[in-house]
Amino acid sequence: MAEKYKNTLLSILVIILGLLAMYLISGVRPDIILRSIVISAFGSVYGISETLTKSIPLILCGLGLSLSFRASVWNIGAEGQLLMGAVGATWVTLYLIPNAPRLILILTMFIVGAILGGIWALIPAILKVKFNLNEIIVSLMMNYIAIEFVNYLVYGPWKSPYEWGFPYSTKFPPSAQLPRIFDTRVHYPTLILSIVLAVILYIILNKSKLGYEIRVVGDNIEAARYAGLDIPKIVLIVLLLSGGLAGLAGVGEVAGIHHRLRVASGISPGYGYTAVIVAWLGRLNPILILLVSFLFGGLLVGGDAIQVSLGLPGATINFINGLILIFILVQGTSKMRISYVRKRRSE
Amino acid sequence: MEKILQMKGITKRFGNIVANDRIDFELDRGEIHGLLGENGAGKTTLMNILYGLYSPDEGEIYINGAKVDIKSPHDAIRLGISMVHQNFKLIQSHTVVENVALGLQDTKFFYPTRLIEKKIRDFSQKYNFKIDPTTPIWQLSAGEKQRVEIIKAFCREAKIFILDEPTTMLTPNETRELFRLLRLLREEGISIILITHKLDEVINVCDRVTVLRGGKKVDTVEINKVDKEELTRMMFGQDIDLKGRDQYIGNFREDVVLEVRDLTVLNDKGIVAVKDVSFDIHRGEIFGIAGVSGNGQRELIEAITGLRRVIKGSIKILGEDVTNMGVKEILNRRVAHIPEERMRVGIVPSMSLEENAILRSYDKSPFSKGLMLDYSIISDYAKELISEYKISALDEKVPAGTLSGGNIQKLILARELSTSPIIIIASHPTQGLDVRSIQQIHELLLRKKEEGCAILLVSEDLQELIDLSDRIAVMFNGSIKRIMDIDRVNIEEIGSLMVGV
Repeated sequence: MAEKYKNTLLSILVIILGLLAMYLISGVRPDIILRSIVISAFGSVYGISETLTKSIPLILCGLGLSLSFRASVWNIGAEGQLLMGAVGATWVTLYLIPNAPRLILILTMFIVGAILGGIWALIPAILKVKFNLNEIIVSLMMNYIAIEFVNYLVYGPWKSPYEWGFPYSTKFPPSAQLPRIFDTRVHYPTLILSIVLAVILYIILNKSKLGYEIRVVGDNIEAARYAGLDIPKIVLIVLLLSGGLAGLAGVGEVAGIHHRLRVASGISPGYGYTAVIVAWLGRLNPILILLVSFLFGGLLVGGDAIQVSLGLPGATINFINGLILIFILVQGTSKMRISYVRKRRSE
Repeated sequence: MEKILQMKGITKRFGNIVANDRIDFELDRGEIHGLLGENGAGKTTLMNILYGLYSPDEGEIYINGAKVDIKSPHDAIRLGISMVHQNFKLIQSHTVVENVALGLQDTKFFYPTRLIEKKIRDFSQKYNFKIDPTTPIWQLSAGEKQRVEIIKAFCREAKIFILDEPTTMLTPNETRELFRLLRLLREEGISIILITHKLDEVINVCDRVTVLRGGKKVDTVEINKVDKEELTRMMFGQDIDLKGRDQYIGNFREDVVLEVRDLTVLNDKGIVAVKDVSFDIHRGEIFGIAGVSGNGQRELIEAITGLRRVIKGSIKILGEDVTNMGVKEILNRRVAHIPEERMRVGIVPSMSLEENAILRSYDKSPFSKGLMLDYSIISDYAKELISEYKISALDEKVPAGTLSGGNIQKLILARELSTSPIIIIASHPTQGLDVRSIQQIHELLLRKKEEGCAILLVSEDLQELIDLSDRIAVMFNGSIKRIMDIDRVNIEEIGSLMVGV
């Protein structure tokens, strides 16, 4: 029995030490930091609206990643896929159909953004299927290409002549800006879209033929081969959908918040990477991912807030993030070990 | 006699199921002790407790009279307990020697495997096991993997040796050799626990036997005071007819269903594994393939079922050339496939029984409607299979991996046979199962034969092949040496063909 609690005690010890170190370095008491995070993220209407705003890209990227992780396809490229979605939306708005009616313009932005995100994910997929290249490495490297591509666009060909030399694209016309809830930054069309997609994805995974195939491939590839599943096709579909979802997140960010393309780090503070954590903590379950995204959105908001209110460095929130992860992962692995032992009883 | 091990009042529950119910077990120094029982009788659970994989809910373990607390296999190994598992616990991508080195105490930091490689070569020479220490595990056949497990345990110099169904994969000769070795070890004072459900083995090699039934201990008896019938009664609580079937030979000579000509196939290493193999299987015929595993049987079956490329020769189903067609195309020509490694290939352990029941037909009506699956139909279908094929499971929603070996195999057979196949490819269909499951599976195959199926049966169990087959071919080194009609079969001849004499 003591064995069972050893992990928990250990992780609590690590967290206490971590908080102590944070106190020694920053000089601010940990309970004040934590309270400040919670209050700023969830303690006011404004806080909650900001938390919601930041959870939108996490939901979309997290959903996409969970789909590919369910198939044991390790897409680490949501960041790049998101950015390509943003590029797609900008292209549609500023160059393809700038004068189209609002509904058509917005729909086209989402569609093109999803396609570009999907194509970005399809590249590692094709390399994996055709040449057996490791998708983790390729999808990760694709992130850097996307980041530099976005930066090239905003410093180069798409740089606006009206922005005093800032690396911005021209501002989107009002018809291309997503509506928001009152004067918050919650671009609700994307929020609604992400919630609807979570439900659809849940149904796809658990009730559809494709979901069945994804789970068979993900859980036992030998059985998938034996059952005659077209594994390359499933890998391609999964990555296309995965990248498409991340692409939608990119559309939401530029059309809902920034209203322009800007440097990559301005569009996404690493949503695509945080979404990896979100997907796992949500146990690859689309509905749980909604919840986990909201909590992580709150952490991001709180992180910004303590920089301002307590004068702490921006990395503080990464520190807290790490502590939370240690705690949850330790709990998670000990649980996994127990279920593994249970599974073996029938042997 | 000196008691090296005592297990007292061991109880282990999994949810509502009592897998071990107050079991007492004793082992003397230098004895071979059989642990006999049906699948699900609790043998493996009891030994997993001894090996530290499970902790018991109640009960105590004493080694050399001292109470011990075995929390992990590491503790068990330290106490001199070693286990050869039935489901191989080997790392697929590592080589034989790396797998053996893993967990050994005296490995050096640099070149840790050099010494062990020599050990393995000596060992395999001494006991005549054919194994290359530098081969990765995934390239080995099931039988070869079993040998690695045995070597691994020997290298740990254990005092208590647990063998879980060790002979399942071995030929009669290898089995004899293993038993000779076990007897030698017994003389050196090593104690051996032999988990089995083969009565012959128990009577042949054991000093005493403990019989378990339904998680309870029936009795421990000395082997020279019981006979086969009595042990059978203890195992099942009733008498079971162990006699073979009456021969049934239909008039199968006319219709050829499966035609294989000059088939040549490579294995994973790119070496020719099947060489110019030709045979026909007719309507209502069971065609048996005997042979030691690793002689091309697996590659032959994979080629026929579309899992492996054919480099020369042809395969025809009802006259249609199906050479190098995909798995699904062959499956759609009503070819059932009961794969060799049921846990690794035959099911998706984490998915529910009902989802496994449709693994090879999920995309067909009535299970599939457009893009969606109809789970109410699937659930009804699974329930039907459960009752028709007597699969014991809580319900159709339990993960398939939680079923016992026999029930997993029944699930696979149910899935494959209920789609009215014309050809059944059965690879080691009863390996590692208890007598009752074996009988049920044999009856199923014979019923399908009478319905007119052409059946290809690959097995290492000669008795099974002789009981079921109409003709038997022996595979050795990738070739079929001779095809014999069942009424002219000669066991000695098969045996010598199997080892290439």
